[in-house]
Amino acid sequence: MYPPSFDYYAPTSVDEAVRLLDQHQGEAKVLAGGQSLIGMLKLRLAQPGALIDINRIPDLSYVREDATFLRIGAMTRINELHASDAVKARYGVLFDATAEIADPTVRNWGTVGGNAVHGDPGNDLPACFLALDAEYQAQGPKGSRTIAARKFYTDSFTNVLAPNEIVTEIHVPKAAAGSGSAYSKMERKVGDFATAAVAVTVTLAANGSVAKAGIGLTNVGPTALYAAQASDALVGKTGTATDLGTVGDLAAKAASPVADNRGPVDFKQDMIRVWTRRTVTRAIARAKGGS
Amino acid sequence: MAIDVEEVATGASPNSARVIHVTVNGVTHRSKVDARLLLVHYLRERLRLTGTHIGCDTAHCGACTVLVDGIPAKSCNLLAVMVDGRSVQTVEGLEAGGKLHPVQEGFTKEHGLQCGYCTPGMMMASVALLAKNPNPTEDEIRRGISGNLCRCTGYVNIVKAIQYAGKKMQEAPKGGA
Ligand SMILES: Cc1cc2nc3c(=O)[nH]c(=O)nc-3n(C[C@H](O)[C@H](O)[C@H](O)COP(=O)(O)OP(=O)(O)OC[C@H]3O[C@@H](n4cnc5c(N)ncnc54)[C@H](O)[C@@H]3O)c2cc1C
Ligand code: FES
Ligand code: FES
Repeated sequence: MYPPSFDYYAPTSVDEAVRLLDQHQGEAKVLAGGQSLIGMLKLRLAQPGALIDINRIPDLSYVREDATFLRIGAMTRINELHASDAVKARYGVLFDATAEIADPTVRNWGTVGGNAVHGDPGNDLPACFLALDAEYQAQGPKGSRTIAARKFYTDSFTNVLAPNEIVTEIHVPKAAAGSGSAYSKMERKVGDFATAAVAVTVTLAANGSVAKAGIGLTNVGPTALYAAQASDALVGKTGTATDLGTVGDLAAKAASPVADNRGPVDFKQDMIRVWTRRTVTRAIARAKGGS
Repeated sequence: MAIDVEEVATGASPNSARVIHVTVNGVTHRSKVDARLLLVHYLRERLRLTGTHIGCDTAHCGACTVLVDGIPAKSCNLLAVMVDGRSVQTVEGLEAGGKLHPVQEGFTKEHGLQCGYCTPGMMMASVALLAKNPNPTEDEIRRGISGNLCRCTGYVNIVKAIQYAGKKMQEAPKGGA
């Protein structure tokens, strides 16, 4: 299969890339790792007039933790995020998810920014960033703004970015003392998108009950979903069987999967129920210092 | 430097093609390519390096795996322009001075292939795996090649072939193959 013809630009700064996007007025697309976009070009699901390849912009690839955020450069490859010591030690949900996206070869080129903004409901990082309450920093012709992940996704492959904006960095609130997180993905085989997957983050109070929680769901709706009611219901709880039952049921209620070759609706909802319980348990165990 | 300038489609916009410099198996090529040209087609059709196979053409099977600056990539899912200025190694670049690479030797000795369709990609993934982890466990090998599908062998002998190569590379005197 051959991609359709397009004009190609390889800018070396974000400003130049934004200018090119602006000039093309919605006819251009950003090319990051290409691991989703090139497939879409081959299938003519996307036929942009121009591609703005941002692989040659220096300084967009890093993982840095400062006093307030874990800062992830948009062009950080998925495998690079997985290899970060900070991620391994304190951001279990990202550590888990980056081991299960696609396969190791695709993860060498696929980027964190691309995965976050592409908008396929099967992408794994959006649910993690929803659970973590992350923000995306976007640069456009008029400057830079931050957008909460929880306000970013509007529909499948659709988000609030303007056509002339580029996501440059992802801000994950710095892991607090007593926090833990986990991601569980049910997949038929390596390289498949999730049948259903659940991201959970918790911060425990001194008495061991949950002070703060976030639950994100993958591939059970038109976008990744933030399960607000389930997250709120987890606050004040300790993770008893009754607590898990309540939270699992609310997460399943938040899911609106469609039947496909990965399974019927009831099955997927039930998987969300069961995997939410298990993932909450793992996140709490990690918050208490387990792995 | 090998210069390989091919005409691009007439009538196309000047920005839809570009001159790239790519070092493939140690030889630097200067080529004018359509921006839409896939890396795998550049390797197979322009440079005639047909050792890199096309299996699925959808980034699933790994038959097209090559190393870009030493890191495995699915060449059916990259544009040739994306490797401008970089170095690419294909299966043709494994053998040196008439001697098989230890990974090639392992696949021969341990019957790591049947039809051979997956083999070039499988070997490139193996080379990168062993460069990072010279003494991998079976589990690490199976995870390391999980982006490469084989429809024939059932993987058992592929694992053995990679273990064979790992041992052989550790025994080899420093500097030798
Ligand atoms: C075989 C296979 C299996 C896969 N399985 C999974 C899976 O299980 N889970 C999963 O999550 N993903 C999966 N993927 C997708 C993969 O993770 C992609 O790499 C990722 O979704 C997109 O990242 P990219 O850098 O390749 O983006 P690209 O493909 O380059 O871009 C994707 C889209 O995002 C836009 N974009 C990218 N970066 C930016 C930016 N910084 N600012 C603004 N817009 C931007 C592009 O314009 C484009 O529209 C799979 C891919 C393949 C080929
Ligand atoms: S041909 Fe590239 S992954 Fe199958
Ligand atoms: S040997 Fe036939 S596909 Fe692997």
